[in-house]
Amino acid sequence: MSATAPTLPDGHAQDPGKRDFLKLVAGFSAVIGVGALAWPLIDSMNPSGDVLALSSVEFDLAPVAEGQGVTIVWRGKPIFVRHRTAAEIKTAESVKLSDLGDPAKDADRVKAGHSQWIVLVGICTHLGCVPLGNKPTDPRGDFGGWFCPCHGSQYDVSGRMRHGPAPANLPVPPYAFMTDSRIKIG
Amino acid sequence: MVGLHKSEFQNPVINWIDTRLPLFTMMTKEYGVFPTPKNFNYFWNFGALAMINLMIMIATGIFLAMNYNASTAGAFDSVERIVRDVNYGWLLRYVHMNGASMFFIVVYIHMFRGMYYGSYKKPRELLWMIGVVILLLMMATAFMGYVLPWGQMSYWGATVITNLFSAIPVVGEYIVTLLWGGFSVDNPTLNRFFSLHYLMPFVITGVVFLHVVALHITGSNNPLGIEPKSEQDTLPFHPYYTIKDSVGMCVYLLVFAVLVFFVPDYLGHSDNYIQANPLVTPTHIVPEWYFLPFYAILRSVPSKLGGVLMMFGAIAVLFVLPWLDTSPVRSAKFRPIYRQLMYVFVVDVVVLGYVGGKPPSGMNVVIGQVCTAYYFLHFLVILPILGKMEKPLPLPESISNPVLTMGGGPLPGAALAKPMEKI
Ligand code: HEM
Ligand code: FES
Repeated sequence: MSATAPTLPDGHAQDPGKRDFLKLVAGFSAVIGVGALAWPLIDSMNPSGDVLALSSVEFDLAPVAEGQGVTIVWRGKPIFVRHRTAAEIKTAESVKLSDLGDPAKDADRVKAGHSQWIVLVGICTHLGCVPLGNKPTDPRGDFGGWFCPCHGSQYDVSGRMRHGPAPANLPVPPYAFMTDSRIKIG
Repeated sequence: MVGLHKSEFQNPVINWIDTRLPLFTMMTKEYGVFPTPKNFNYFWNFGALAMINLMIMIATGIFLAMNYNASTAGAFDSVERIVRDVNYGWLLRYVHMNGASMFFIVVYIHMFRGMYYGSYKKPRELLWMIGVVILLLMMATAFMGYVLPWGQMSYWGATVITNLFSAIPVVGEYIVTLLWGGFSVDNPTLNRFFSLHYLMPFVITGVVFLHVVALHITGSNNPLGIEPKSEQDTLPFHPYYTIKDSVGMCVYLLVFAVLVFFVPDYLGHSDNYIQANPLVTPTHIVPEWYFLPFYAILRSVPSKLGGVLMMFGAIAVLFVLPWLDTSPVRSAKFRPIYRQLMYVFVVDVVVLGYVGGKPPSGMNVVIGQVCTAYYFLHFLVILPILGKMEKPLPLPESISNPVLTMGGGPLPGAALAKPMEKI
């Protein structure tokens, strides 16, 4: 439309480029304005301050016998703590990295000098179910670690994914040994 | 078009309103005298049934919300209290719960009708696509509603479904955290799901309005799939189809009542009567029955992202169905091969639903994969090719023609046709 009206009533030639430019500027400003208004609404859905604040728990390892696994809660998520036997540590360390779907050394998944303890976020990396394997009656899968009942993923005693559909290993949460028998997660 | 409307209503009050806001004229035009093909069969009841169902869901939902407590500590107990202590609470809950199942039964049949009689073809493509949007909104609403009673299936269903988004590369994890409002499905998640579950049916109502506006521009399709040619081919919507829809509604309410009063939990899962426990996953988690075919497709693919893409793809193909089907003939009545394949397709979806409810092992996986492959084959390969190859049967000249000569038409002139029906 603007291109077909070359002169203005006061005799000045109309510049269609200027008009398009003004339209674009107005349009973009409106988009930015709406975006700026929408962001607080969207961000209000993200984790709030009080949720973020609940970020560490301590746990006493002494009662956990060799071969036993327990589940504790950190940030609303299950955390697996397992006291591994010497034989289990050996199998975990001797696996060839090329046999793993998500290659990781066992040594990198435990704290130096505490290789009998494995601490993992107990959430299947497929779609978030809690794998079985901590209770003595639970199935542990073919690799002696954990078995996810939802779609059949299997993890070894290092929490490494050995059978899909899970795409990755069980993550190791941030934690530290306070003393030899006490850890702090988070 | 500024100016008062010239109303034809005699009643002075109605006339006064109609002159200023022509609602009465509009209703008469769209639902009274609206010209409708005279050869509808009972498949054409299901749109109206879906509308009734939507109203039932909104009505029962609003009253349930008055006694529902959206918190992880109180949700499960408040639902039990509704069932045991609130006056008629059991009725409200069971109608709402089974109403969701009825809604999907009705809409799936409604969609089957659209596919069988080619209602999605030109000029009704947009009408069909708006329908698919409604289906997506319904799925989201039903999913979030199922989370509200905060049982084990609610919790783990919510966990698995929200985690689907973590398959998206790069931004996936952020989206999941945003959905949860935390690091797992928890109180903030339950609260927002309640808020959205309340909102969405009203969004659906808006989209249904567009669906009906689009329908009234193109007019309805009919079992013969040919356009009405003259006034002889149509009937005024009222009373002919208000009556026919009422017959269907009685049958629909009967089925609904059997579910509500005799087997209210038949379609549900008993694990949802166990309160949610974030540390223990039930050994066999399944979604509600109406999601099972899609769940089976998700599980048939051994890769996380692949499964999620296929599942959403299963609905995305419906969007482009009007362009995948290349046949110019609408109704399966005149497409001998397509007609058979429609039944094969229905069997395929039912089998998918069946294996979706079984544990993912052994034969179930293989059957699921074969049926998933066929689902996509049907849309992406068979329909485009079949439309070009198939030789359709000759189409009737007009709607009146076959109705008058073959009988069975619910039309005023039916008396004339009676003797010939015996042929
Ligand atoms: C809340 C859900 C829905 C409601 C309330 C609704 C309502 C209606 C109504 C009242 C009609 C007219 C009556 C009839 O032809 O049966 C109609 C027609 C139609 N609907 Fe829906 N609908 C819904 C969902 C869907 C879905 C999910 C689809 C497909 C994906 C769909 C596709 C169509 C088509 C293609 C027509 C035109 C049918 C024809 O005239 O042959 N609808 N709808
Ligand atoms: S959630 Fe564990 S295998 Fe799918």
